Amino acid sequence: MAAVRDTHDVFDVLRVREDFPILARLVNGRPLAYLDNAASAQQPAAVIDAVATYARSHHANVHRGVHTLSHEATSLYEAAREKARRFVNAAATTEIIFLRGTTEAINLVAQAHGRPRLKPGDEILVSWLEHHSNIVPWQMLCEQTGAVLRVAPIDRRGVVDFDRYLAMLGPRTRIVALAHVSNALGTVLPIRTFIDAARERGITTLVDGAQAVPHLQVDVQALGCDFYAFSGHKMYAPTGIGVLYGREQLLAAMPPWQGGGDMILSVSFDGTTYNHLPHRFEAGTPNIGGAIGLGAAIDYLGAIGMGRIGHHEQDLLEYATSRLADIPGLAFVGTAPEKSSLVSFTIEGVHPHDLGTVLDSQGVAVRTGHHCAMPVMEYFGVPATTRASFGLYNMRAEIDALREALLHAIRMLR
Amino acid sequence: MDLADLYRDVIVDHNRRPRNFGRLVGANHSAEGNNPLCGDKLHIFLEMKDDVVRDIRFEGAGCAISTASASMMSEAVKGKSRAEIADLFGSVHRMLTRHDAETDAGLGKLAALSGVREFPMRVKCASLCWHTLNAALAGSAAPVTTE
Repeated sequence: MAAVRDTHDVFDVLRVREDFPILARLVNGRPLAYLDNAASAQQPAAVIDAVATYARSHHANVHRGVHTLSHEATSLYEAAREKARRFVNAAATTEIIFLRGTTEAINLVAQAHGRPRLKPGDEILVSWLEHHSNIVPWQMLCEQTGAVLRVAPIDRRGVVDFDRYLAMLGPRTRIVALAHVSNALGTVLPIRTFIDAARERGITTLVDGAQAVPHLQVDVQALGCDFYAFSGHKMYAPTGIGVLYGREQLLAAMPPWQGGGDMILSVSFDGTTYNHLPHRFEAGTPNIGGAIGLGAAIDYLGAIGMGRIGHHEQDLLEYATSRLADIPGLAFVGTAPEKSSLVSFTIEGVHPHDLGTVLDSQGVAVRTGHHCAMPVMEYFGVPATTRASFGLYNMRAEIDALREALLHAIRMLR
Repeated sequence: MDLADLYRDVIVDHNRRPRNFGRLVGANHSAEGNNPLCGDKLHIFLEMKDDVVRDIRFEGAGCAISTASASMMSEAVKGKSRAEIADLFGSVHRMLTRHDAETDAGLGKLAALSGVREFPMRVKCASLCWHTLNAALAGSAAPVTTE
């Protein structure tokens, strides 16, 4: 990661909060403490306004008409692509495909890259930490091709065992697909090391970056991965927009996944010529407003600086870890040394679902359940956890509110 | 929306000390209920004789609402016939989904769960055990879910 000056002292969270209109509202008569950012983050006014301005003044279909609005919409849409390219430091905008989100991106790679290549007995390697969206598309691919899904184990801290991962990279391993940051536990993988080992063996690598891009500076060229997927709505942009970065050499060799408008150069009943990258993988009218909103979110994050955001969030993580540690019966699930800003925990004698309801009555929004990572829950032997995940606008006072609400729930239910 | 309406003392008590909890030796009917999104799992065992529930036990892990609901249900259906249970199921279902105080009459202790209808996201917790009981009575093998 690039060296970042310690500018933590000038991060003014109260000022940042003013950028997010929703944070001013009350929930059940209490100030909202929104601690569910790993599920979906709130949008700053800059994003909301960018989407609205597009709808009010510039909307038309892209890459089609010769009229002014179509030109403006196309320019805005392609400008957002350039912002996304810079955001992850891809070499070219031809490597940036706009999709609905991380899930669609992983499915695209499975179907367009994996399916034509994989043979029975070939192997796909994931880790035990994966979100369902980085498990199920590969299981489907295995059913289609006869390939085998293998799983690199984790330890009791929620750290992927690198030695066992290495041992599982075999002559039949074709694809490695790993979360950069675990959504359920917050574990940050030393992803570069994992990618290097796969690359040395000529294995295709995909990184699920949905939980990483809101917190860390990502540089796909420095990482050396073949594919990197992320979603807008986890990084303060709207839902329904996300990005697949793909190394051009690989994308160029992939057949189209979905057919339709925009992904063709010419169509006749004798045959169709497919469009160039990246449009070949963007069949149909895209989520233009969403892409523009994503571009605005990238600008917003850039103006604050990922380094400062990371510092602030790590402070919140440390504070939460120490403030919650002495709550009777509380056990953290996921204690990796490198974590993003979330705490996942259970409280003896109080089911997460009840906690979620009691916390909501106090204005505290957290996620309870299996976090779309049922294998992780199974590994730790719990049906569900409570997860408080922090974003750039959260503050220590909200963690105090969480603590009070947890104590209230315990008094009420235990 | 008042939390005290949801977590009434009776409910908290049944969650802390669930009645008829455990496996039933000699059960001739059973069924499983599973709400994976919230992590509620339930296994209901029945001993039926002449169309009457002679004994019932349940085990599993779930939130306070699902546990208390199963515990209170187990007390309410013991000794009742299939027909009586079907009526009771209808009354509980109305109580959980309608704003109509009259339907709560005749439910006895089960009326303590009427606060759940103010929390639409929790209705599935309270109703899981009832749907699982129905499956057990029907002899259906597939696990039940209310999600």
